[in-house]
Amino acid sequence: MAKTQKKTLDLVRREMPKQPPEVRRHNFQEVALGYSPELAVEEARRCLQCPKPACVSGCPVEINIPAFIDAIARRDFGQGIRILKEKNCLPAICGRVCPQEDQCEIKCVLTRKGAPVAIGRLERFLADWEAEQGEPELPPIAPPTGKKIAVVGGGPAGLTVAGDLIQLGHQVTIFEALHKMGGVLIYGIPEFRLPKAIVAREVDYLRRLGVKLVTNFVVGKTRTIDSLLEEFDAVFIGAGAGLPWFMSIPGENLNGVYSANEYLTRINLMKGFLFPNYHTPIKRHKRVAVIGGGNVAMDCARSALRLGAEVRIIYRRSRQEMPARLEEIENAEEEGVIFEYLTLPIRYHGDENGWVKEMVCVRMKLGEPDASGRRRPIPIEGSETVFPVDAVIVAIGNSPNPLIPSTTTGLEVGKRGNIVADEETGKTTKERVWAGGDVTTGAATVILAMGAGRKAARSIHQYLTSH
Amino acid sequence: MFRVVASRMIVPNVHLLTLEAPAVAREAKPGQFVILRACEEGERIPLSLSDWDAEMGTVTVIFLNIGFTTNQLAALEEGKTIPTVVGPLGNATRIEKYGTVLCLGGCYGIGSIFPIARALKAAGNRVFTLLEARSAYLFYWEERFEAISERVIHITRDGTRGYRGHIDRLPEVVKDLGVPIDRIIINGCTFLLKRGSDASRPLGISTWVSLNPIMIDGTGMCGVCRVTVGDATRFACVHGPDFDGHQVNWEELLHRRKAYMVEEEVPFRTSRCNDHGCKA
Ligand SMILES: Cc1cc2nc3c(=O)[nH]c(=O)nc-3n(C[C@H](O)[C@H](O)[C@H](O)COP(=O)(O)OP(=O)(O)OC[C@H]3O[C@@H](n4cnc5c(N)ncnc54)[C@H](O)[C@@H]3O)c2cc1C
Ligand SMILES: Cc1cc2nc3c(=O)[nH]c(=O)nc-3n(C[C@H](O)[C@H](O)[C@H](O)COP(=O)(O)OP(=O)(O)OC[C@H]3O[C@@H](n4cnc5c(N)ncnc54)[C@H](O)[C@@H]3O)c2cc1C
Ligand code: SF4
Ligand code: SF4
Ligand code: FES
Repeated sequence: MAKTQKKTLDLVRREMPKQPPEVRRHNFQEVALGYSPELAVEEARRCLQCPKPACVSGCPVEINIPAFIDAIARRDFGQGIRILKEKNCLPAICGRVCPQEDQCEIKCVLTRKGAPVAIGRLERFLADWEAEQGEPELPPIAPPTGKKIAVVGGGPAGLTVAGDLIQLGHQVTIFEALHKMGGVLIYGIPEFRLPKAIVAREVDYLRRLGVKLVTNFVVGKTRTIDSLLEEFDAVFIGAGAGLPWFMSIPGENLNGVYSANEYLTRINLMKGFLFPNYHTPIKRHKRVAVIGGGNVAMDCARSALRLGAEVRIIYRRSRQEMPARLEEIENAEEEGVIFEYLTLPIRYHGDENGWVKEMVCVRMKLGEPDASGRRRPIPIEGSETVFPVDAVIVAIGNSPNPLIPSTTTGLEVGKRGNIVADEETGKTTKERVWAGGDVTTGAATVILAMGAGRKAARSIHQYLTSH
Repeated sequence: MFRVVASRMIVPNVHLLTLEAPAVAREAKPGQFVILRACEEGERIPLSLSDWDAEMGTVTVIFLNIGFTTNQLAALEEGKTIPTVVGPLGNATRIEKYGTVLCLGGCYGIGSIFPIARALKAAGNRVFTLLEARSAYLFYWEERFEAISERVIHITRDGTRGYRGHIDRLPEVVKDLGVPIDRIIINGCTFLLKRGSDASRPLGISTWVSLNPIMIDGTGMCGVCRVTVGDATRFACVHGPDFDGHQVNWEELLHRRKAYMVEEEVPFRTSRCNDHGCKA
């Protein structure tokens, strides 16, 4: 083929090396191993550098995607990371857990050709490259303003607010209920998807910037928001959506029935998989059923598998409707998780010691689309099926914890317990109080929580410098 | 880090630990608890507040040395630190003017019911204290109770002090008191809570118990602490720990507390208690 002026389309999306399924299903180490510089450069070269890049409109924080990819193509990784960090302060995390296929990548023009540029993988590559270069340099910090901000919750929303405001010269303290910072990134998302060392690095960076990190502090119990407002000029609430839902079906309080939060917290935050070197026990079950079809359900299923169980995902609709990231569904399938679609548990039976031993389910069929646009599952009469199980993990959702609203005056709360806040500024109905992330939206994504943190930081800064 | 201010065994196998935790001490109320970790690798365990001093910034817990973590805590010496003391968690025991209240404590609950009894007295109630133990040598803090109670009554399994037998003798005790009791509050092990509630039901006296299911976060995040009270599932850490003892599903709670019995022995079998590598 003659060499043309126009760049030839390279439609081979570079795969990221992974641990093989039969190996990784026995360990908690990261599944995806990341691009080598060569692979990254090859993948970056596939980008068409569109003059009006559609990909950017798919990213909630509008990263200048073509620019950072171009920097990779030119092997100027330092420039690449600077471009990323203009908009995203947690690229190592977002590059790993963002639902890219529904956000930036789905908008990429090459999606029509079936081979979108692997934007997330490239983002991850740059962030990991930066980490290898040693401790990142600290950005310049504005002269002290004398203003103090309290951030409630050390998840992605809170970390972002803290990072932005400290650079603007304010004093920032994060109050976190658990003994470690990071929110869901630490207690929820497993090590094999997001190594905790990466989260620790981001937290350490904030510490170096001068953010005061207070763990073991439950706002609403140890101290109320109203009391914090006496000492701080502004408060940001990023307390997440940590209250687990159950289905209220018979047998749900049997031993062996867990909320996803309990199961994942035992493993991730408490490192139960290293028991007895770490002291929090986790059971090594034989037959586990995970109820739900989101990322949380996949994480539970793949964790239980790694602890040696045969695992079934029980989901009431079909594969098409599953809200989990496709990549995670595929990973779970490869690792040997069994999927029972169109299936709904209706009760659990226990043994004489109060341990779950059976799960009774009905099969479903799909009817008309419901409010969410997905086809509504309808039980099929007479389709009851019994599965023997020794554990059930309920991963059907979470909502914000009422602890803060119930101990704070004048904070408006929506129907699902979410704190009402202005979408553009994060301002709540209470003077000098902002909120963002899952606590306002209900369970969502890391990048949205980060984006909300950014906007709130901007609004808080504006308020503090004009008052 | 939280510094140990005092640490001692007050009666065989029951330990008192006073810790520097000013933020907790400032807000503490009777009936609340803290969650502690003894070392970086440690489990999070809940212990009730038996006393606190807002000015000194200290809190005191009393616990039965029953397993791995309580063993670690019992071994702490003054001046050592532990990485987690978080609280005060749970709702405070409702303190009102009920009239005459019987405060029943056993085991660690002798400690944790003391601030409750003290607050009830301060709120204008007549307080009777009933202490339960296997044998007389397991009682403690009696002078404290003497100071605030109309009377302090004892039950021991072996009859070495007061009534002989178990808390099943509650109806007799109440009868002997000779005054109508408006409310019973029980703190202690699950069996005491259950059997005390069973014994008071026929008397028709409102009975409140401080439940102690397994917990992790203590803030409503994990749901491991769920208990059935009446028809409802409640999270003991945020809806409790106090509940109406006549409404609690005791069988379920007793089962749920045993969930990790097998695993709880592992650290001992592997003699990790000697080489767990904690810095505390
Ligand atoms: C298992 C799992 C897997 C997920 N996978 C993905 C994924 O692949 N991709 C993705 O984009 N998103 C994923 N998510 C969602 C994502 O993690 C969340 O949307 C995001 O973490 C929300 O951030 P946040 O800062 O609002 O809250 P959180 O991360 O929930 O952090 C809130 C923090 O506030 C603390 N807190 C709560 N109450 C108080 C209080 N009263 N006082 C002090 N501190 C308090 C909590 O302990 C917590 O640390 C997943 C979630 C889960 C649970
Ligand atoms: C609100 C509350 C207040 C409590 N107050 C006191 C107190 O003041 N003094 C006291 O001695 N005990 C108290 N307990 C019980 C105490 O938490 C357990 O005895 C302790 O966790 C045992 O831990 P271990 O590692 O030493 O023993 P393990 O050998 O691990 O466990 C022994 C038994 O303790 C219970 N237990 C284990 N882990 C936990 C956990 N994470 N949370 C709760 N229970 C657990 C189980 O029933 C177990 O069978 C309280 C419990 C609750 C929920
Ligand atoms: S932050 Fe997420 S959505 Fe934005 S470019 Fe990166 S991977 Fe895509
Ligand atoms: S849309 Fe795709 S090809 Fe175009 S700039 Fe964005 S990533 Fe590159
Ligand atoms: S201890 Fe986790 S919800 Fe109560």
